[in-house]
Amino acid sequence: MATPTEAIQSLQSEFAGKVGTAREFRGEHTLEVDRDIIASVATHLRDKLGFDYLADICSVDNMGDEPRYEVVYEFASFSLPHHVRVIAKVSEDEQSLPTISGVYATANWHEREIWDMMGIKFDGHPDLRRILMWEGFPYFPLQRDFPLEGKPSDTPGEAFTRIAPLEGGPFVTAPADHNHDREPRARPPEPV
Amino acid sequence: MVHGREIAYNSKVEGNVILANLDASINWMRTHSLWPMPMGLACCAIELMASGAARFDIARFGAEVMRMSPRQSDVLIVAGTVTYKMALATKRIYEQMPDPKWVIAMGACASSGGMYRSYAVLQGIDRILPVDVYISGCPPRPEALLEGLMRLQQKIMTEKSTMRQKVVEPNLV
Amino acid sequence: MATTTTTIEQPDAYYRVQQAAENAADVPGERLTLNMGPSHPSTHGVLRILLELDGELVTKATPDVGYLHRGDEKIAENMTYNQFVPYTDRLDYLAPLANNVAYACAVEKLMNWEVPPRCAAIRVLCCELARISAHLLGFGAMAMDVGAMSVFLYTFTEREKLYNLFESLTGARFTTSYTRIGGLTRDVPPGWLDEVAAFIKQYKPQIEETDKLLTRNKIFVERNRDVGVITREEAISYGLTGPNVRGSGVDYDVRKVRPYLGYEKYNFDVPVGTVGDCYDRYLCRMEELRQSCRIIEQVLASFPEGPIHVGDTKNYLPKKQKVLTKMEELIHQFILVTEGLKAPAGEVYFGAENPKGELGFYIRSRGGGVPYRLKIRAPSFVNLSILDRLLPGNMMSDVVAILGSLDFVMGECDR
Repeated sequence: MATPTEAIQSLQSEFAGKVGTAREFRGEHTLEVDRDIIASVATHLRDKLGFDYLADICSVDNMGDEPRYEVVYEFASFSLPHHVRVIAKVSEDEQSLPTISGVYATANWHEREIWDMMGIKFDGHPDLRRILMWEGFPYFPLQRDFPLEGKPSDTPGEAFTRIAPLEGGPFVTAPADHNHDREPRARPPEPV
Repeated sequence: MVHGREIAYNSKVEGNVILANLDASINWMRTHSLWPMPMGLACCAIELMASGAARFDIARFGAEVMRMSPRQSDVLIVAGTVTYKMALATKRIYEQMPDPKWVIAMGACASSGGMYRSYAVLQGIDRILPVDVYISGCPPRPEALLEGLMRLQQKIMTEKSTMRQKVVEPNLV
Repeated sequence: MATTTTTIEQPDAYYRVQQAAENAADVPGERLTLNMGPSHPSTHGVLRILLELDGELVTKATPDVGYLHRGDEKIAENMTYNQFVPYTDRLDYLAPLANNVAYACAVEKLMNWEVPPRCAAIRVLCCELARISAHLLGFGAMAMDVGAMSVFLYTFTEREKLYNLFESLTGARFTTSYTRIGGLTRDVPPGWLDEVAAFIKQYKPQIEETDKLLTRNKIFVERNRDVGVITREEAISYGLTGPNVRGSGVDYDVRKVRPYLGYEKYNFDVPVGTVGDCYDRYLCRMEELRQSCRIIEQVLASFPEGPIHVGDTKNYLPKKQKVLTKMEELIHQFILVTEGLKAPAGEVYFGAENPKGELGFYIRSRGGGVPYRLKIRAPSFVNLSILDRLLPGNMMSDVVAILGSLDFVMGECDR
């Protein structure tokens, strides 16, 4: 069973040229890899390095950056407290990634959720369809340009959606970079 | 019972005959045996179950069994957040209930969407169903649910069943 | 008269299920598609399963989740960290305090804060009481589904006593929103610790009573033994956590593997099953109740004094007397309530041992008071993914027992 630093070094040597630099924050090690090799990285982590527990797969939409999406894989172990994070960046043009549901069975539903919420396809997935919203819902809700209150849609016989009345009400706070819109007397954002 | 008011009755004085309004008797029977169909969707379902359990016994109020079948129940208690995906299923269940039927919207999410102002939550079950009693709370205490049930019972006592009623369909928003 | 003996081969549970599934493929006849719809008589919430049945045997099962998807993750991108705490209550709504604690620990990891010992001890108490509450409802509902109605009412009586404790501590029976980032809402009221001790003292015989009602009950055992067997490899590959994976023989408890909030100080055992059937998972939960009582007794015996929050006044609400009299604290309060605390840019993942499994929060922050992306790793979502592999080969009535033993909550699964 490899420790996280050994695992990162092993990945960097095994897949040299297709991985980025590693970083560490709050004791957690993260490595960026190219999107095509993610399945081999997962197999390497499971078989050679002993990370047999895929805790989570998450997708992040960095709208405005290029490549736009990131898919974050959390690898851990059932017996030791080791944890490695692998990030694959996906650009907006080819919004897809190879699946790792053949390596870890739990990736099946996580990838379906990412398809449903963010719109990233997974090549080779056995059953890629929406899981939390219904088939026929035309949008991908977690994308940054989709508003919180939703957009109207109609899937006859199945469901309908309407816009929720937000009116800038007490339950809404502006996101991190928009504080000055919400509260006019707040400090303006510091110039970067 | 005359015009919804309760009067005293002494069987030694009046014998075993009671004179009452037909409406009043029908309402009395309906009020005191309201069998709920619990539409337990989210956290309010746990408080609904707690009010059916031993401490806040809802069976004292006539809601003897929580019938899980809509065809055998009188009042639909919508307890929990109604999402757009669940909305049409809830409407289908409401339509399966035989008349007379009533709806209690239990909790903030069923009344108005609650604190979930988002793309996936129906902002209040009254957008697709006619609601008789709204119970606020997140989740409402079982005492609040029992109070809501009692308010519904008072509302039913004022109904005029033998007179022709105009049915009002809610607009699907 | 000569007696003959014949040996009867009794293959193990997994093999029998496989044989049944294979035999089902040969039997001719029509398959019935049954919709076990989102509103069904188990108290497990809104789960829809499309079952294909061949008589009584399930040949295919497709779970359909999302009927309680409320958009929590998108809401989190619009709320400050403290404003999101009530939403975490409603995730696993059977044990709201445990979710509050897990979320607070995740954000405190991002802020690199270490909570003082008294706060950690209160949080451990809350987690363990919530674990008792959730397991009580878990197998109360499971028992009710397989026919033992009285157990449900007994467990609800115990839960009402727990609700009294939660109410005197936090103000709400349920959906407590008790933790704040960096501390707690308020300290324990006077006499609360004695009430907890009294509850545990009267509760331990109650566990034995429920045990007597269910554990060796012939009907309960017959309905649950060798039903819904999850092998060890499958449990690992499907990423199950909590009593589900421990029932299959994997000794994984986040409190032991990656201890948080001082769990390494307390002595407790982690029950691990052998076969991986519904009965093993039930036994794991039952034993976890006893271990939770043990942890609570140890916490109460060594309860520390001190503050209940980190002293960082720039990022934690200052005391009200100072806010109303001093200028600096007034400004801090204003900025904290409107803008939120100043989180550093970065990302963390924190997993906590919730009653249902490992509840994980992945927080990506770009600085400021609002997270850029908050992902909730819900244990029930992952536990349910095994259904389409687990249900085929079982009988229709076993489906109910399996759903009860997996013990999922749709609020958490759909978020």
